[in-house]
Amino acid sequence: IIKWRPISYGRLFATITPDSKKQHHGGLSDQDRIFTNLYCDQDPFINGALKRGDWHRTKDILCCPQEFILDEIKKSGLRGRGGAGFASGVKYSFMPKKSDGRPSYLVVNADESEPATCKDREIIRHDPHKLLEGALIVGYAMRAKAAYIYIRGEFWDEANRLNKAIDEADEKGVIGKTSCGSGFPFDIYVHSGAGAYICGEETALLESIEGKTGKPRMKPPFPAGIGLYGCPTTVTNVETVAVCPSILKRGGNWFASFGRVNNRGVKLYCISGHVNNPCTVEEEMSIPLRELVERHAGGVRGGWDNLLGIIPGGSSTPIIPKSVCDTVLMDFDDLKDAGTSLGTAGVIVLDKSTDVIDDILRLAKFYRHESCGQCTPCREGTGWMEDMLERFKIGNADYAEIDMLYQLSKQIEGHTICALGDAAAWPVQGLIKNFRHVMEERIDKYKAEHPVTNVPRVLSHLPKKGSHQIYLLNQRKQFHNYE
Amino acid sequence: NDDTYFEFTPDNYKDIDKILKKYPKNYKQSGTIPLLMLAQKQNNNFLTLAAMNKVAKILEVPPISVYEVASFYAMFNRTKVGKYHLQICGTTPCQLCGAKDIMKACEDHLHIKMGQTTADGLFTLEEVECLGACVNAPMLQVNNEWVYEDLTPEIMKSMIDTWKKGGTIKPGPQKGGRKNSEGPLGRTTLLKIEPRVKIRDMPEAVKNWEDEIKKKANEAAEKKKKAEDDARRKAEERIQNLKKVE
Repeated sequence: IIKWRPISYGRLFATITPDSKKQHHGGLSDQDRIFTNLYCDQDPFINGALKRGDWHRTKDILCCPQEFILDEIKKSGLRGRGGAGFASGVKYSFMPKKSDGRPSYLVVNADESEPATCKDREIIRHDPHKLLEGALIVGYAMRAKAAYIYIRGEFWDEANRLNKAIDEADEKGVIGKTSCGSGFPFDIYVHSGAGAYICGEETALLESIEGKTGKPRMKPPFPAGIGLYGCPTTVTNVETVAVCPSILKRGGNWFASFGRVNNRGVKLYCISGHVNNPCTVEEEMSIPLRELVERHAGGVRGGWDNLLGIIPGGSSTPIIPKSVCDTVLMDFDDLKDAGTSLGTAGVIVLDKSTDVIDDILRLAKFYRHESCGQCTPCREGTGWMEDMLERFKIGNADYAEIDMLYQLSKQIEGHTICALGDAAAWPVQGLIKNFRHVMEERIDKYKAEHPVTNVPRVLSHLPKKGSHQIYLLNQRKQFHNYE
Repeated sequence: NDDTYFEFTPDNYKDIDKILKKYPKNYKQSGTIPLLMLAQKQNNNFLTLAAMNKVAKILEVPPISVYEVASFYAMFNRTKVGKYHLQICGTTPCQLCGAKDIMKACEDHLHIKMGQTTADGLFTLEEVECLGACVNAPMLQVNNEWVYEDLTPEIMKSMIDTWKKGGTIKPGPQKGGRKNSEGPLGRTTLLKIEPRVKIRDMPEAVKNWEDEIKKKANEAAEKKKKAEDDARRKAEERIQNLKKVE
């Protein structure tokens, strides 16, 4: 057990919310925790689950009107935990109230391939019955016929456990022809993937369940209109669904008592990288990042001053430098103000001993490998960015090529069918915005060691060191002329 | 490759029936991935063209659909692999914690490079993308099944020696004796767990909700009525003013 000495941080908030009664978020007590079996202290299967309160009088919830359940989820302020952060109550209410002949489906996205994220694995391994109960309740609320849990192929042991949990639940009669004796027929099936990060995207996931290659579809039409097998579908993350039974059992107001306005609730954070105590913890939203790392992860290796940067939300979010990490809170809005986003709350901590360009290069390699190849900006752009970053790693480049890389990432972002293009572009943009001096020093070092011969370089007459703002200003002037 | 013959075992046919029951009857194509994984497992982790053709015949889809799926996903091995397919995660969180050292230790110990198989066909080394255990970095997976976490180069070498002799290793964190994803220095949450088997009174909650909705509807109706009364009063006043003017 780590002894944590309280440190005063001074002013903790960058944006003050007018009606938050609590000024400091962060010390979640064990009674308020939802996932009590996170480290597998007790039996993860049906016997332990019953002791922990799963499947306790679920029939009462299933006898409530569906609108009530959706309103409770809206009142609790739950936002999607899979990275996008869209209000879940609103998302679930998009499903059709009256079926037009097609059945509705709920699909749970347990394809956890985002680097630095390992929270769904803990839920599935150690608390599968929370997930099953949540799927049942949410499926009832959206009048679904069945739920498919798409689990990634690498989670072989976790898929076995989930199958065992479903068999136990079937035996007990809580899902199946009449779930919990309430007369609502609901089935839950597990579908295993086979190793593709792109299948975590909702339309690619639906394609993968249908048995085709996992290439995303164009949106619109949205899955709530035309989804799995052409029927209305909602795709949600494991954590969002697993938290719903607790919301209904304890009340939406209880869940909304954690976190700031619009960022309510509790979240599982996975802290990895250069920390003394990498772990998965369940904490309140809007906890200061510094407190999260120092209290639960044992602090950065070598002290807080040894910190170089943090990637706060899994690999798709831009890296933030130490000056921002000192004061930022871990929630959707504050991180968005800081220029990054919460994503899946997989925190990667980088200390000063690491080569940040090498790390972002490895991420670029990851995105290039996992690109499905359907649309040109992503397929070509990820490879191009990786090649450029390889050269930046040794320093064999020009200052103007940093701006070229930025422009390239801007051309990938937003011009793709799915969000993998954005996810590939953002880390590179974060690197250029916050660690430009590292790249420029590398270039200087390389140029000092390899003096330039008489080779004509097209770009070297452009900006000098540190003058990228002038280059961007020139660009803006150009656009102004078109108006 | 065309000449090799592939047939599922009778036990596997029972599994196939179980799998296909999960999906609607007219969407058998959904079973492509599960059936291919089953075929690969049966065949020593090696997916042959004959297996893909067989799966296509069972699912009544054109073979090209099955070829597409088999070449798109990373877990299908379309070339032969060794008995222990060591898949080492190399993405950024694991790389920060020393995955490159692990890979070098494996290469030195087995005298092969990444992506190759040893001469006796026991080990294949491969670097894969994030395997979802970033908190227990660095880690590796064997044969797409068990996962071994918290590795160091020495532990890696001893694991390879154990496998060479034919022994088994307990999966999970290998170093430090930590439990799953709690930190190696000890856990900071869930120190004392009190089981909570409680639910609030649902009918009462539903009643409160319905009362709130009725209240809101009443307020909206009153507001509307008030607005209508105001409008009517203003119209009457205007008419009276016009009459006065006349």
